[in-house]
Amino acid sequence: MKITQKAEIIPGTVGEGLAQRGVTRREFLQYCSTLAALLALPPAMAGAMAEAISKARRQSVIWLSFQECTGCTESITRSHSPTLENLIFDLISLDYHHTLQAASGEAAEQARMQAMKDNDGKYLLIVDGSIPLGNPGYSCIAGISNLDMLVETAKGAAAIVAVGTCAAFGGLPMADPNPTGAVSVGDIIKDKPIINVPGCPPIPVVMTGVLAHFLTFGGLPEMDALGRPKSFYGETIHDRCYRRPFYDQGKFAQSFDDEAARKGWCLFKLGCKGPVTYNACATTKWNDGTSFPIQSGHGCIGCSEPNFWDAGSFYQALSMPVTATPSMLAGAAAVGAAAGVAITWHNRSTKAAAKAVHEKVTVQDLTREVK
Amino acid sequence: MTHLDLLTFARGSALNWALIIFVIGIVLRLFEIFGLSRKADLATPRTHSPGSGWRTMLARSIPPPGMLKRDPVTYIGGYVFHLGLLFAIFFFAPHIEFFRSMTGLHWPNLPTALVDASVVAAMVALGMLLAHRLNNPVKRMLSGFGDYLAWTVTLLPLLTGYMAYHHLLFEYTLMLSLHLFSVELLLVVLPFSKLFHTFSVFISRWYNGDIFGRKGVAS
Amino acid sequence: MSATLAKGINSFKEVIDAPIASFFSSCVHCGLCAEACLFYTETGDAEYTPIHKLEPLRRVWQQEYTLLGKLGKMLGLSKPVTDAELAAWEPLVYDSCTLCGRCAMVCPVGNDMTYMIRKMREGMAASGHAPEDLVGATMRSITIGSPMGIKWPAVLAQIKHVQAETGITVPVDSPGAEYLVLMSSMEIINFPEYLSALSRIFKQAGVTWTLAQDAFEATNSGIQIGASDLAREIVSRIVVAAERLQVKCVISPECGHAFTALRWEGPNLMGRPFGFEVKHILEVLDELHAAGKIKTKGQDARPLTYHDPCQIARRGGVVEQPRRLLNAVAVDFREMPDAGVMNWCCGGGGGVSANSRAEPLRLEVFKHKKAQIEAVEVQTLITACANCRIVMEEGLEHYHMKVEVVGLTELVAQYLVEDKTT
Repeated sequence: MKITQKAEIIPGTVGEGLAQRGVTRREFLQYCSTLAALLALPPAMAGAMAEAISKARRQSVIWLSFQECTGCTESITRSHSPTLENLIFDLISLDYHHTLQAASGEAAEQARMQAMKDNDGKYLLIVDGSIPLGNPGYSCIAGISNLDMLVETAKGAAAIVAVGTCAAFGGLPMADPNPTGAVSVGDIIKDKPIINVPGCPPIPVVMTGVLAHFLTFGGLPEMDALGRPKSFYGETIHDRCYRRPFYDQGKFAQSFDDEAARKGWCLFKLGCKGPVTYNACATTKWNDGTSFPIQSGHGCIGCSEPNFWDAGSFYQALSMPVTATPSMLAGAAAVGAAAGVAITWHNRSTKAAAKAVHEKVTVQDLTREVK
Repeated sequence: MTHLDLLTFARGSALNWALIIFVIGIVLRLFEIFGLSRKADLATPRTHSPGSGWRTMLARSIPPPGMLKRDPVTYIGGYVFHLGLLFAIFFFAPHIEFFRSMTGLHWPNLPTALVDASVVAAMVALGMLLAHRLNNPVKRMLSGFGDYLAWTVTLLPLLTGYMAYHHLLFEYTLMLSLHLFSVELLLVVLPFSKLFHTFSVFISRWYNGDIFGRKGVAS
Repeated sequence: MSATLAKGINSFKEVIDAPIASFFSSCVHCGLCAEACLFYTETGDAEYTPIHKLEPLRRVWQQEYTLLGKLGKMLGLSKPVTDAELAAWEPLVYDSCTLCGRCAMVCPVGNDMTYMIRKMREGMAASGHAPEDLVGATMRSITIGSPMGIKWPAVLAQIKHVQAETGITVPVDSPGAEYLVLMSSMEIINFPEYLSALSRIFKQAGVTWTLAQDAFEATNSGIQIGASDLAREIVSRIVVAAERLQVKCVISPECGHAFTALRWEGPNLMGRPFGFEVKHILEVLDELHAAGKIKTKGQDARPLTYHDPCQIARRGGVVEQPRRLLNAVAVDFREMPDAGVMNWCCGGGGGVSANSRAEPLRLEVFKHKKAQIEAVEVQTLITACANCRIVMEEGLEHYHMKVEVVGLTELVAQYLVEDKTT
């Protein structure tokens, strides 16, 4: 790893911001190493990354919130201690975020228009929340429908980051019967690079990782078929879960407060969706690496997967049917019995008819008539 | 449609229909058999042994003297396959959860590694039995489409289950969906194919035991 | 009136019942039945696989009595069973199946192929696909009274001969006797020693018995060819005579299928349980021996073995009785491999011996019995079925083996302690 000992500080860059906040080069490099690891980049890339980010101009970011619960914003902003993630957010130029920004009303919208104009083709658009295609009145900001605002803002964006499962896949608003006609960003915008950072909410470091990647390389990281960065969503929770050995040994908690649960055995039977959920919770964890749902005793609900909300109960094991019930089987058995009675009747008629035409066999009947 | 959607469909509607067809089919086929009834035997039985049918139902699982030697592949392959399949179906924890949700009954599970081994054994046995079927003149002559269909739809759930668990070919969610679809195929095919012997074997063995038992012979 | 395909198919439909439906449902084509069948093990010809012999019957079951079959038939997708097929199956159903039931003992899913072949023969006979010789034998049974065309005077001649030889009166049509004794044609023609042995044994045991002029023949070609209507007619002669003479028990002679015909099929053919018992001669001898009514003295020193007739042992449940009797009169009784209920057929049961077309095959499959006899190194072979006896004698001759075949009743009579006073 080779970095310039005496880093030059260019005005208006991230590097300047870092220096102003007293972040040492060593601390920043360490952070970049962590990010590089998370992004599955070779360790040698950390230096280049630090270099690139330091020199990058503060990235203009427009953050649009549509049908959402603000959980994504909460997740990203509410850290227990000031972290470098926060710093990154401080260091970008968050030109529009209607929950965080000070401006309101006309001024707020003005800020968005200004940012779009000043950074046309270069700003990053972050979206959380889904977009209702039903009545536009279901969700609008400053009298502008979510759809119109998204289309308008996306036009000049360099890339779009769909943060949270709502923006990425439609999320809870889209849950059956989808009353608002909610769709994801990707369902509307087809001509811009979109990266999905799903999760309900997503892990903060995933967000910053993606931003860092964008700042370093000016583009988006490698993504899976669902547009998720592979480095974070490449493996299932189950495969990286510290409770996995219990699954393999066939040791399962049967209820949330049984002895097995206290021993920390596998939560599969309690409905854990870890096996089919691609996310980094089990490795990066939450709240500064403190814990993640499974560690605190609750199964994964699969929140980073599209349509997880309609994939059956959170508390039903993955191997349990979603809707089949014993009474359904009983009903089928009744239908089978009815059909069985019908076929038995038919069979018996066939047999009775055969008996009816039976002519008593005589010795003459044993041979054929000579033709 | 994403893989999770596919899985949800496999666990939802597809499974429902497969189960419905399966249950209707099984009940129908049982009616089909018993509905043909049989005449009461008017000959005085040699021994009044109402248990002879039940006895044969179990005893016929053991090869009669000399038979193991005559066709070891069928017997050993048959044992390994059936036991492997039995372990995989009934002693894998996720499967037990399925039965629990449908019947309320549950029982202890085996370690996953053991189930995994039994699946491998069952698949190897199936392969052996297929080779035997293709090579043995009797089996080859007897076999038709139905036999190879039965073999295929039996292998698929084992294979897809194994591949899902070991993350082979496709990613887990998709492979798990394929596993479920293969099970659903099996459920639909079972009542109307040779695989119905899963149920009818107990009936035919009972009749055999009864027929012989009345004559004073333990079959 | 003549046999037609339609009548045959109709018969198939009549005979298919719940056991048959369960058997066909269960078969997984494992082929193990072939390994139990003499005709396959000795020839290696897969055609002789027991379940394969039932294919036409299976097809009728599938097409008539299953949902998918019915649908297939409705849509014209199923192949109906043809005359040509039944003709092709005739040698499989009649020439290469002795109804021995060995396959039914080994089938892993419990299929009783013998039960099915017996029923399938109903349709084969009705469609005119029964072997010529069996048709002839049945014809003679119905018109003359015996498959070999024997009439009462022949029996009478034998009675006279026996009376002269033993000095014992053979009772005929004597009402109220304990036992009604039947004979098989084979015994009347080939083995007169049976009647003489029986006379001496019964005299010593002090039991009353009788022959019936109108019901001396125990065999039943009707069940061999598979024509229940005719089998009923034949068996009814015995039933009528037994009831007329008010006997307590009818003794089936040393003949396998005669025992099956009377003991197991009889009441079902007649449609009512009998008011008398039916026993095989070995059962009667064993009972009398156990009760001390017949005493034997001395033992046969020759090494000998016992061939279990299929219909007596496996399909008849008479397994221990011959062994007890043999151990009473023989020093060196050796069991053949697979003796008892897993015995191997002589190759001539179920009408095969009456079917001259099957003779070369029957002699070929006798190799198994030959090997079994050689394994125990004996020159004396005991059995309790005149048909097995004649088939084995022919087989032994064919293979140039110097082995004597003896009926068990006759052997017992040889060592009888006779009271010469009367």
